[in-house]
Amino acid sequence: MKEQLPALIVIVPLLIALLSPLVAYFSTRLLRGLGLTAAAVSFVSAVGALGHALTKGPWHYYFGNWAPPWGIEYVIDPLSGLMAVLVSFLSLVVLIYTDSFLREEGWLKQGIHYALYLLLTAGLLGMTVTGDVFNLYVFLEISSLSAYGLIASGGYKATVSAFRYVLVGTVGASFYLLGVGYLYAITGSLNMADLTVRLQPLLDSQAVLIAMVLILVGMGIKMALFPLHGWLPDAYTYSPPAAIPFIAGVMTKVMAYVLLRYFFFIFGVLNGFVPLVLEVVGWIAALGIILASVMAIAQSDFRRMLAFSSVAQVGYIGLGLSLGNMFGFIGAVFHIINHAIMKCCLFLVAGGVKWKTGEHLIEKYAEMSRRMPLTMGAFLLGAFSMVGIPPTAGFFSKWYLILGAIEKDLWIYVVVIILSSLLNAIYFFRVIEQAYLKKAPVAEREKFVEDKKPELPATMLVPIVVLGACILVVGILNEPLVSNILLMAFPGGGL
Amino acid sequence: MRELFTEHLIYWLILFLFMLGPYGMIFKKNLVKKLMSMNIMQVAVILFFLALGQKTGGTIPINLPGLIGAEHYINPLPHTLMLTAIVVSLATLGVSLGLLLTVQKRYGTLEEDELLRRMNQ
Repeated sequence: MKEQLPALIVIVPLLIALLSPLVAYFSTRLLRGLGLTAAAVSFVSAVGALGHALTKGPWHYYFGNWAPPWGIEYVIDPLSGLMAVLVSFLSLVVLIYTDSFLREEGWLKQGIHYALYLLLTAGLLGMTVTGDVFNLYVFLEISSLSAYGLIASGGYKATVSAFRYVLVGTVGASFYLLGVGYLYAITGSLNMADLTVRLQPLLDSQAVLIAMVLILVGMGIKMALFPLHGWLPDAYTYSPPAAIPFIAGVMTKVMAYVLLRYFFFIFGVLNGFVPLVLEVVGWIAALGIILASVMAIAQSDFRRMLAFSSVAQVGYIGLGLSLGNMFGFIGAVFHIINHAIMKCCLFLVAGGVKWKTGEHLIEKYAEMSRRMPLTMGAFLLGAFSMVGIPPTAGFFSKWYLILGAIEKDLWIYVVVIILSSLLNAIYFFRVIEQAYLKKAPVAEREKFVEDKKPELPATMLVPIVVLGACILVVGILNEPLVSNILLMAFPGGGL
Repeated sequence: MRELFTEHLIYWLILFLFMLGPYGMIFKKNLVKKLMSMNIMQVAVILFFLALGQKTGGTIPINLPGLIGAEHYINPLPHTLMLTAIVVSLATLGVSLGLLLTVQKRYGTLEEDELLRRMNQ
């Protein structure tokens, strides 16, 4: 059983996803148990595989025992293992949380929700662990299609924004597939390790440059890198609270991981046209960080503010990618982890407040700290981490990004990171002020003072508190995380 | 000139099809037309792969008696990859048509300007 761990990460959620609607017909409680088991199995397998990769070196798993480059292989190296652990962990946490939203629904809607959610999980996990660029495209489409479905289940406005997301997302996927076509035409191979070897003598050719740009544009659309972020704000604002924490937390990050994988591992950051392409990415990302932060300040809807902040935070990852040195890489990967956890936590909080009060507008958050103390505590940690106040996790990833920028003498990026932290502070302190300092109107106040019920059901409160704690834990344990895992993940570092 | 027709022309045509997609998605106001443009773009990528697999004088990749050597057969791999891509594009089309049906039922229109007006009411 143990030698099959890399396959189990993906196959268990995929299989349960297919069974979900059928199981839901017989018993929704059984469905919930099965769904949680699937997410837990894939989390445990991911942890096991990461442990193996850290102690014994990268794990190459040949599917159906077909040796690469002919067969499809799964590769668990420290980077993909870490991403798989992150994705499966957040999937499990958000799955625990969804129950309260789904309990009132009929068996069919529950079954379909679980099916789409587990398919999304399987697709994203597949993207992280696969070692084959076309297989990655297939998993990309599996995850995207299920995300369209999940977003569309949030009502009519969500359906319109999901349709827009379908159009834009498919353009992204087509660009990516065309890029893969170029790589295949140039090298005759689709296996990542094989591509790395075969591309080395060809990196000065313009065909490789075109492939690079096509893949960058495709994944840039999918990860909402400014100015390709048009689909994101509406999709995040209208989608149902049961699904959006996972989509917002993980999806764009996995796409960013794919870009890191291409530029740091397949092309190599110092070869041929890569530095040129990366420089363009850096400037675009820097511009995106500032503009999206300013847009976030202008929003009155809490979820929409978080959506624009997502665009800005993806810019940080792009910035780390563009630096192309070790600190930049560590900063980018660290920020992928941090931002996945904090954005997931903040959207869980938004869903919790919606569940309790039915409100999403920031002005309705008055005196929320007394109504929902634990939830708002988690929100406070998430907000501090977004701004970058130590010892929360967000500070350390920004720290490594700044170190990377200084190493390359790009002081303007240091200015951008600090300026955007200030902008982050402005829009998060606006919410903090509402929640902690403002007094609620008298009529509303009487309502919640008499309300003796707990702030949220345990299945919602526990995930929120766990993720809030994670932000602190990742921040405090940053040193072992960086030196034991992230340095190993850097190409050529560690093993 | 001969080289253009035997080698490059197909790629220019594919490029034209590929760019037709974004053009239609940006400038057409009807959502179904946007969807069709999206599908044209996917088809362009599929054709690109198929053109890669083609070989002058090659035959279908089934082992024929007496015909030995890779130069006599076209490359089957792009075709198998594109079978998967066709399935993906079919699924995308199905999902987006489903979304459009819902939109049509609720708002009664698929023209973008009218839709935005009715959504904001």
